[in-house]
Amino acid sequence: MLKTLINELVEKWPELWPILAAIAVILAVVPFLGLYMTFIERKLAAYVQDRVGPNRVGPFGLLQAVADGLKIFLKEQVIPDHVYTVLYFLAPTLSLMTAMFALVVMPFGPVPTNYTGGFRFIVAPGIDIGILMMIAISSLSAYGIIVGGWASNNKYSMYGAIRSCAQFISYEIPLGLSIIGVIAVAGSLNIEHIVDAQSKSIWDWNIFWQPLALLIFFTSALAETNRLPFDLPECEQELVGGFHTEYSGIKFVLFFLAEYTHIVTVSFLTALLFFGGWSCPGIPSPSTPEGASLTYMLLGLLVLVLKVSCVVALIMLLRWALPRFRFDQLMGLAWKGLIPLALVNLIGVAIVLSLDLPKHLLVVTAALPVIAAYYSATQFNASMAKLNSERSVLSKSRAMSYE
Amino acid sequence: MSNKKTKTVKWGEEPKLGMLDALYLPAIVSGLATAVRHAVSGKPTTRQYPEVEPEIPPNYRGVHRLNRDEQGRVKCVACYMCQTACPANCIEIIAAPAPKDDPHWKDRDKFPATFTIDELRCIYCGMCEEACPVDAIELTSVYDLTGLTRTEMVFDKEKLLSVFDETVKSGKDPVRTNRGTLGPASEVAPTGRQGPPPPGRGKHG
Repeated sequence: MLKTLINELVEKWPELWPILAAIAVILAVVPFLGLYMTFIERKLAAYVQDRVGPNRVGPFGLLQAVADGLKIFLKEQVIPDHVYTVLYFLAPTLSLMTAMFALVVMPFGPVPTNYTGGFRFIVAPGIDIGILMMIAISSLSAYGIIVGGWASNNKYSMYGAIRSCAQFISYEIPLGLSIIGVIAVAGSLNIEHIVDAQSKSIWDWNIFWQPLALLIFFTSALAETNRLPFDLPECEQELVGGFHTEYSGIKFVLFFLAEYTHIVTVSFLTALLFFGGWSCPGIPSPSTPEGASLTYMLLGLLVLVLKVSCVVALIMLLRWALPRFRFDQLMGLAWKGLIPLALVNLIGVAIVLSLDLPKHLLVVTAALPVIAAYYSATQFNASMAKLNSERSVLSKSRAMSYE
Repeated sequence: MSNKKTKTVKWGEEPKLGMLDALYLPAIVSGLATAVRHAVSGKPTTRQYPEVEPEIPPNYRGVHRLNRDEQGRVKCVACYMCQTACPANCIEIIAAPAPKDDPHWKDRDKFPATFTIDELRCIYCGMCEEACPVDAIELTSVYDLTGLTRTEMVFDKEKLLSVFDETVKSGKDPVRTNRGTLGPASEVAPTGRQGPPPPGRGKHG
């Protein structure tokens, strides 16, 4: 039994080691990234607020993240009396597991489409349902939050979980609809192929012909990560801590890590789907023979990481630029704003593709939000005018009754 | 009554929503621009405290000190005014007659044998400073008072005099009340602004 297993392993080793190596890279980098993203976020927040930020532990405060990590690992494990113990422990695990699992099909460096052997920057290359699987898995992370909120047996946690559930369901739809256009043009769900389709020139990047899709995708993705301005599941001012109110110590860290992993995933997806991934003018595609060299691979990795860090920085800056949505506004934005826009965008893509028109015609979809804004403004003003007239009638009748 | 009420109630109208407001994006961009402007301004308002000490205003009420006169004696005449004035009851004085045969103490009747202030009980209101007729007790600008035990924070006469020595040496806290010839140990006012001493209080109180 054992012998056959070992034989099998030895036989499969050339195929197995790149997978294990990629898994090791992800497992090593993601917690580290999570730790340091908190540090970067604190620093960035400090700079935005004209402060200095953490600067006491190590040079420039660089060891602050390590100190925080160590501290929280040594924290007491507080388990409140009133929780459903099994679910209570399951929730953070579920949350982080789904967040990490979504990274399986995500290329974190240049991956050639005609992969043969050796190390590559992805755990599972050539998965033909890539992006679909990623979205499916990452939306499973709602379970972590809902189970956590339910198991906490606490009204604030429960409210956080309910909000999270509603938010996830609403924003999954525009998220999925917005990338259908991208998928349709690339003709594949495989992320490597989608990036490869953008690699010919900078004008092939999806942002230049699908700006509206980018807007919708980024907004919905932000809502999926529970970041400001969509952080209603965990807004401190209303819900104490939201779904993680009852969590402390390492269990809280798992939730936290899951959230930051989501941010990383979303940033990678934005860069891969809309900003050409690792493609950059001057660097040949890794699928071509000259682009397969190590130098170009590393350059591509650098380009991708740069793009991703720009998106991460944008997400972090948005936190300090925008106030939180009210819940009805949040729902209204998804159902009355983003979903119709995504559908219209999809129709545009379908027309362009079926009539073989140049795809850059789709830039005109950027005008759609303006039209939508004009429509919603007129609607809003009309409803306000109606309300005001009703109010004035009411106040007049009140005044008469007073007299 | 009701008529007045209708007049005071005003229905405010919400501002009209423009197309650009409904688009959200201009507001988001301007918000981001503000954030980025502050992020790159490089002018944090944080004061790096232990390295850069704050500038304390001259009327700050910090740790007490007992002033010395020109001959180096404690200025206090043990009149109990500060102890009586103290709302927190943190001052405790035991007076003793000044050694009359000692030429050094010739002009004094009393002096404090012990003078303790519980710095933990003190509320730093400055009423002792106001009550003192001879400007002997003053609050300094020393704000970073720490100690490891409670007994350590009960300052006795020697400690309070050493606070005087240190603060005067550092030049941060010159003797500042200087209200004039109100008592035997008090200094003569440099200006005549204070006027003559109140009646009934001679040179020797």
